[in-house]
Amino acid sequence: MSTARVDDPAQHAVSAAALWERPWLRFGVQRVTGLLVSFVLLVTVTFVIVPLIPGDPAAAIAGPEASGAEIAHIRQQLGLDEPLHVQFLDYVSGLLTLDLGTSFASGQDVATVILARLPFTAELALLAIVLVLIISVPVGMLVAVLTHGGRRSWLDHLFNFVTSLVYSVPQYVMATLLVSVLAVGLGLFPAAGAETLLSLVLPTLALMLLPICVVSRVVRRETAIVLDQDYIRTARGWRIGRLRMFGRYVLPNVITTTLTLSGLILASQLGGAVVIERVFAWPGLGQGIVDAFQARDYPVIRGAILVLGLMATVIIIVVDVILAIIDPRTLEADHE
Amino acid sequence: MSSLQRRPLWTPSLVAGILLGLCLLVAAVLAPMLLADPAGQLTGQAGESPSAEHWLGTDNLGRDNLARALAATRLTLLMTSGATVLAVVGGIVVGVGIWLSGRRVRKIALRLLETSVAYPSLIFALVIAAILRPGVVSSVVAIGVAGIPSFARLTANLAAKISTSDYVTTARLLGVPPRAIAVRHILPNMAEPLLILATTVFSLSLVELSALSFIGLGVQSPNYDFGLLLNESLTQIYTQPTSVLGPSIMIVLTGLAVMLLGDALAGRANPRTSRRALRHPSVPAVAEIQDEKAPLVRVENLRVSVPGGAELVRGISLTVDPGEVVALVGESGSGKSLTAMSVAGLPPAELEVHADVLRVDDMNMLGQADRSRLGREISIIYQDPGTTFNPSLRMGVQLTEVLRTHLGMGRRHARKRITEALAQVNITEPEHRLRQHPHKLSGGMRQRGMIATTLVTAPKLIVADEPTTALDVTVQHEVLRQFRKIHREQGTAMLFISHDLGVVEALCDRILVMKDGEIVERLTPAQLRNRDVHHPYTQALMDAVPVVDTSPARLARQESS
Repeated sequence: MSTARVDDPAQHAVSAAALWERPWLRFGVQRVTGLLVSFVLLVTVTFVIVPLIPGDPAAAIAGPEASGAEIAHIRQQLGLDEPLHVQFLDYVSGLLTLDLGTSFASGQDVATVILARLPFTAELALLAIVLVLIISVPVGMLVAVLTHGGRRSWLDHLFNFVTSLVYSVPQYVMATLLVSVLAVGLGLFPAAGAETLLSLVLPTLALMLLPICVVSRVVRRETAIVLDQDYIRTARGWRIGRLRMFGRYVLPNVITTTLTLSGLILASQLGGAVVIERVFAWPGLGQGIVDAFQARDYPVIRGAILVLGLMATVIIIVVDVILAIIDPRTLEADHE
Repeated sequence: MSSLQRRPLWTPSLVAGILLGLCLLVAAVLAPMLLADPAGQLTGQAGESPSAEHWLGTDNLGRDNLARALAATRLTLLMTSGATVLAVVGGIVVGVGIWLSGRRVRKIALRLLETSVAYPSLIFALVIAAILRPGVVSSVVAIGVAGIPSFARLTANLAAKISTSDYVTTARLLGVPPRAIAVRHILPNMAEPLLILATTVFSLSLVELSALSFIGLGVQSPNYDFGLLLNESLTQIYTQPTSVLGPSIMIVLTGLAVMLLGDALAGRANPRTSRRALRHPSVPAVAEIQDEKAPLVRVENLRVSVPGGAELVRGISLTVDPGEVVALVGESGSGKSLTAMSVAGLPPAELEVHADVLRVDDMNMLGQADRSRLGREISIIYQDPGTTFNPSLRMGVQLTEVLRTHLGMGRRHARKRITEALAQVNITEPEHRLRQHPHKLSGGMRQRGMIATTLVTAPKLIVADEPTTALDVTVQHEVLRQFRKIHREQGTAMLFISHDLGVVEALCDRILVMKDGEIVERLTPAQLRNRDVHHPYTQALMDAVPVVDTSPARLARQESS
């Protein structure tokens, strides 16, 4: 056995520069920095929503028929009578103690309002993305394999036609059509609410159809690229079985791009959920935001946008970590 | 092999896109004028079902649904165009600005853009809508501004790509200031890809503007766009489910028109390579061997061609005896690799292979030979430009593949055997190498790893396709040494492809020179050494080899000439 292991950990713990050479550490530091920067940006952006309202925010919030006393009350409640930097510090120190303020509409703690709604949105978005992956990865790979090298051009055209067609139907239009046909027309599923398991079917369907098209197209394209790679030729030279070939040699190389995309889709599902929830009267965060907008309930709007943004950040970082585990080259790609 | 095709100008999708777009434009211009009455007049016929008079029924104030859907086209298209222009112009300004700024600023700005692009832009738009009061203008501003970061990122990336091209580098060397480079070189060259991307922005803006109106935070009554109509139809969906059809269809049609146009533009910008593959006719898997002392490999009249096109290998015949090393030499494009891959049973899927005889041992390589036998008896070693190993799998998994799949070894056993073999081909720390990913190893190490597998599987035939070409000279020697060692110790037959006469001279028993898909000369190493060649092409190949031969005979010959 050789003793001169090149990357012996003991040799590395010497200098900071050498430490930086260790991919996982660098990766961790970069991601944590990214997280902090995103967090600072989010806090700043959500803070400026209120001061940026044209005219007197308090008057705008209170509405045209409010009395001077009401406006003054709102101004005081929001701390608008204080200088901007004091307001900002108040906002930040509130956040540190998970105090997001008090809802104008219900008088409830904003954190409580959000926590009551968050699980509904998370349930929908996660269920949709899991189903999207389970369906699109095999479909995309299968179509790529079957049409590889220009074979079965009818399948190629059919796949492109169907995915383009569904792709051009926005999620909320799909949702409305689903309600009108499957719920109202045929009465198969409840049209609204979140009472039974069956209530989950239509919102999930509405959320997942479009991403299925996007992801399966990407999987298909990536698979086609991978199938033309030299290392697939090498693996074919080893004459391994089809199943092992696709599971072990093709899939990991396809999954990198797929996961990156799925992370972005999952993040954008949060935005999609805002709209979908309106169709199905789903008691999630999205519906909460819309209600808050209509009531000009700024503390809730602020809090909900902050939480959605944080979720998007976390999703993106989780995907980064999964990618780094699957394909260590992504660790080194960060090294400039 | 593959042919570049520029698609014709008038593709069906372009025609369909233009026609659909024109219909929408006509609706946008005419409908609000011609259909003002049915679309705006309140009547007593509220919430009616579809009839001959009202094709899509009426809304809860008695207005014709179809007329309203058509009339909404104008506001929707205007708003979408506005948001698109805002996003595109803003994106280009920010993107080019980032590209023009210094390195440090550029890096930070790109990072920021990347972070913000990851956020759902609808939420971003909600922030802006939260500040402004809901309405037509604020919706356009919200969606337009929300679209700026992603377009800025695309612009900056495109600019960076173009700025590394030769003509921009030249311009910079000539001292043209960055601003002028941006105007003269970068922007014109970005125009086409940006136009295509702009169609995507248009579709996205349409979807998001309608979404904003749909949730009641966009256009407010009495104005109406597709999204608001859909919103209103949702309130009467129980009494009249067909009312959702008008706005739904209009949104989809508008999106479809833009997508078709964008696809047509993109298709023209990127000519596609078209490759076709053929089904191979079924042939018996076992070839008949006539006599006992038959060669291991027998190829007669092998032809490889592009279906309906050029013949790339034109009637080659060759044999390889057991334990013999036969070289195929020639330039790239001479058909030597195609010949070798046909012998290995792995020709490119899009090519047609014919032969009177094509067999290895008693396996017919034109048919479906037994997979396990193929895996055990034929090893293939490729040129290694760093791409022959799967980048996402550790070396151990890949190097033990044949042992585990075809020799039935367990994981531990296979790893143990391959570790020994790696040590034999002088790879240091073999156990550690097995845990590494391919990119951690040098080209020479990867190639020796491949050779090591043949030490364990002991194939009857090794097909080596330019195995040393991508390696530098000292590594080449080491790898060649390993080939010789295998041949010496295991007596494996080899079909060795190279364009380098010097390499094959030392290793091979027979040398076949290929040109344009045919064998033009058959040589022995001795003939090669003595420059006893007849075909001018072989002569030319020999002249291309840098000579390190210092034998007295050769020196004498050089002096006399």
